[in-house]
Amino acid sequence: MRRKTLFDAAGIQRSLGRLALEIAERLQGCKDLALVGIHRRGVPLAKRIAQKLHEVEGVHVPVGSLDINLYRDDFSSVGTAPVLLGTQVDFDIEGRTVVLVDDVLFTGRTVRSALDALLDLGRPARVQLAVLVDRGHRELPIQADYVGLSLNTRREDHVELRLKETDAEDGLILETPTPAPGKKTERRGK
Amino acid sequence: MSFSHKDLLGIADLNADEITYILDTAEKMAEVSHRPMKKVPALRGKLVVNLFFETSTRTRSSFEIAEKRLSADTLNFSASASAVQKGESLADTVLNIDRMQPDCYVMRHASPGSCHLIKRLTPAAVVNAGDGAHEHPTQALLDAMTIRQRKGSFKGLQVLICGDIAHSRVVRSNVHLLNKVGAKVTVCGPATLIPPHFESLGVRVTSDFEKALQGKDVVMMLRIQLERQQRGLFPSLLEYYKTFGLTEQRLKLANKEAIVMHPGPMNRGVEIASEVADGPYSVILDQVENGVAVRMAVLYLLLGGGEDEASH
Amino acid sequence: MKRLIKNGRVIDPSSGTDETLDVLLEDGSIARVDKRIQEKSAEVFDATGLIVAPGFIDMHVHLREPGFERKETIASGLAAALAGGFTGVCCMPNTDPVNDCASVTQYVLHKAKGVSPVAVYPVGAITKGLKGEDLAPFAELKEAGVRALSDDGRPVTRSSVMRRALEYAGSLGLLVIDHCEDLDLAEGGVMNEGPVSARLGLRGIPADAEYLPVRRDLALSRLTGQRLHVAHVSTRRAVEAIRAAKKKRIPVTAEATPHHFALTDAACTAFDSNTKMNPPLRDQEDVDGIIEGLADGTIDAIATDHAPHAYEEKFVEFDRAPNGIIGLQTAVSLALDRLVRSDRVSLKRVVDAFACAPARLLGLERKGAIREGMDADLTLFSPRKEFCLQEKDVKSLSRNSPFLGQKLRGAVVATVIAGSVYSVK
Repeated sequence: MRRKTLFDAAGIQRSLGRLALEIAERLQGCKDLALVGIHRRGVPLAKRIAQKLHEVEGVHVPVGSLDINLYRDDFSSVGTAPVLLGTQVDFDIEGRTVVLVDDVLFTGRTVRSALDALLDLGRPARVQLAVLVDRGHRELPIQADYVGLSLNTRREDHVELRLKETDAEDGLILETPTPAPGKKTERRGK
Repeated sequence: MSFSHKDLLGIADLNADEITYILDTAEKMAEVSHRPMKKVPALRGKLVVNLFFETSTRTRSSFEIAEKRLSADTLNFSASASAVQKGESLADTVLNIDRMQPDCYVMRHASPGSCHLIKRLTPAAVVNAGDGAHEHPTQALLDAMTIRQRKGSFKGLQVLICGDIAHSRVVRSNVHLLNKVGAKVTVCGPATLIPPHFESLGVRVTSDFEKALQGKDVVMMLRIQLERQQRGLFPSLLEYYKTFGLTEQRLKLANKEAIVMHPGPMNRGVEIASEVADGPYSVILDQVENGVAVRMAVLYLLLGGGEDEASH
Repeated sequence: MKRLIKNGRVIDPSSGTDETLDVLLEDGSIARVDKRIQEKSAEVFDATGLIVAPGFIDMHVHLREPGFERKETIASGLAAALAGGFTGVCCMPNTDPVNDCASVTQYVLHKAKGVSPVAVYPVGAITKGLKGEDLAPFAELKEAGVRALSDDGRPVTRSSVMRRALEYAGSLGLLVIDHCEDLDLAEGGVMNEGPVSARLGLRGIPADAEYLPVRRDLALSRLTGQRLHVAHVSTRRAVEAIRAAKKKRIPVTAEATPHHFALTDAACTAFDSNTKMNPPLRDQEDVDGIIEGLADGTIDAIATDHAPHAYEEKFVEFDRAPNGIIGLQTAVSLALDRLVRSDRVSLKRVVDAFACAPARLLGLERKGAIREGMDADLTLFSPRKEFCLQEKDVKSLSRNSPFLGQKLRGAVVATVIAGSVYSVK
């Protein structure tokens, strides 16, 4: 297993800062904006982006959290027990621009479940997606509107975001399994 | 936390961590019932058969709502309208329904151990909705959820359960659960309605209701069934009310903020006075509401669940 | 036809014999018992490493025929008996029609003779139709071949009826076997009344539902001076009462089933109806009382109360299931595994309980002993051989046993009846 730190704490903050600016620019301000983080790590990210928006635009953007466990499309048998973290959206999403926030965009299934969950709560005017990392390998036609870092990964790679709110410290880690030992290539001779 | 149970046959099979886990899950489920769109697709495509051999509007409705809120398909089977009248055995009934590939049976039956019996026949999950006087696990769980909401913690909590102990599945499940989470239980009732050896379940047993009320944080009253009176187990309903009825006067003997519970349906004026049932300390209606959340949690944990967060 | 059972450890409690001996069988009788018999024309059965005991007799079996052939037939029941090491069985009269007359007794004897070498001793009813009111015709039954009487399945509730039964049966030399149960106190219970029943929410049968009728019967036995045999004792207090009565020389005897010394009511927690029987499985104290009773001879005999029930009858809710389990093929192994292996009851006493006591109680003069002139009925077993009853090896038509698939130490190897050896496969 080879581990590489792509972003340290500072790197993450810079990226989030840029995302916040992009959101504010694209939406021409923060009118009717709401951020909804997808559990688990999308939630602290959404809160940090809201914080940045407050610093830059001086507005208070409401932040909600979505638990998509009840909306998964992958019904495996009971193995690891799901921990419900609960959906908490204490504001009306009717007519708003909701930006969903997640840490890593991969197959797209999580976002699709999040869309179902969000739309069960009401009718936003439009929904956009902000992610810290897009690592490719989509299985559904889903795209992010705001991306912190685009990564070329192999399917078997593992991308992990650590945040001090949920883990010990901030960090974006890429783990690539070392290739299986194959034939030693002969380097003798010409 | 690993919830490795395939069925819920009784609280006796759960440990304290698993109980807490179910209650925590139920708290999250409660949110679903409070939004305009009271449905999540968690159990979409799953078939749950409600196999009720005893009439029960309340428990069955509660389960049905829970199933529907999770988007499961439900099939209601009640004994009177079925081949059971023609003498079909429980085993045959289940073997027949099983051909329709249900994912889960929610069963209520008059015989203790009937869920254990069908579990030997079907690969589907089995949830015990009450088997004779043996257990009624979801009732104890919703009672616990209600107690936890009002009292915060179970440790050292003094609980009194009063009524027809001998024939009550509610008391057995509650005793198992409350003991596991660290509460202290006393059961009370006419001596003829308390089975011998009941202390072996880890409870104090008494027939002195007023003395038992002292120091209690939770008072749970059980229904007295009129048929018991006909069988000569106690002289009359009025006598019962005089000795074991929970009146406002008697409630004052318990702790100041004691809560009053009842699994329902109530016999007002027999085991509980109307003023108490409708009074400020009564959490009886909360119990009913929590019933749906708890049943959603149980069904979800048994039938739903996905992979962990790996696949994004 | 001569057969030589060679080199086995012959245990015969009736004579106190316990040594390695050869037993020569000829024309259905025991011809000689001695060290190292040489008999050229005899067919030899090598019993090295085995115990050679007098043929076992099960005093309490339900063969179900006539009337309940779905559960068992005389043929299948006796096949189970043979495989279980029994050379003879008593079959209870709760058939349909009830065996309260000569014709049913004759039917059973005739049927049995045609299908099995195992001897059948039909038990006649105490009361007509088992109704507990009028006495059955004891003399007629005796003439037809009955040696004992019982209303088993039901108690004889009316004390005056029991008294008259003891007097009349006694005058005819017939043994009265009582199923001691106070039906009113038992009040529809389905298992032992105790902490387990309290926990499971099942109605319990208190131990006193057995103890009180036993006390009554002991008093009546004393009053009439006639023999009485208590069926399937299950409680410590009943054993103690019987022990005290025997000390006072009241002519009472008793039997216990293997399930009553092998299991407690804790076995019921899975609600398996193969743990439902009457009398029910009791608590550990009672089980210890039974074992002590067997050890000191207060309980004279081990009898299985073999009670077959069809699958669809037993595979129902616990409280609706009929009572009883089969037991013929597991009895000896259970006794060896649970009583002898743990040294709680001597091997000699176990052999006595299976063979000598039943023979004595039923007045079978040529059974229950290994000496010249006795019938050539033997049970050969190994106390160390492992035994596990699998469903496919069950000879009974029914499979209602909680011991299927359980490994036990001790096994019957062969049953010898009238000199013929039937090896257990």
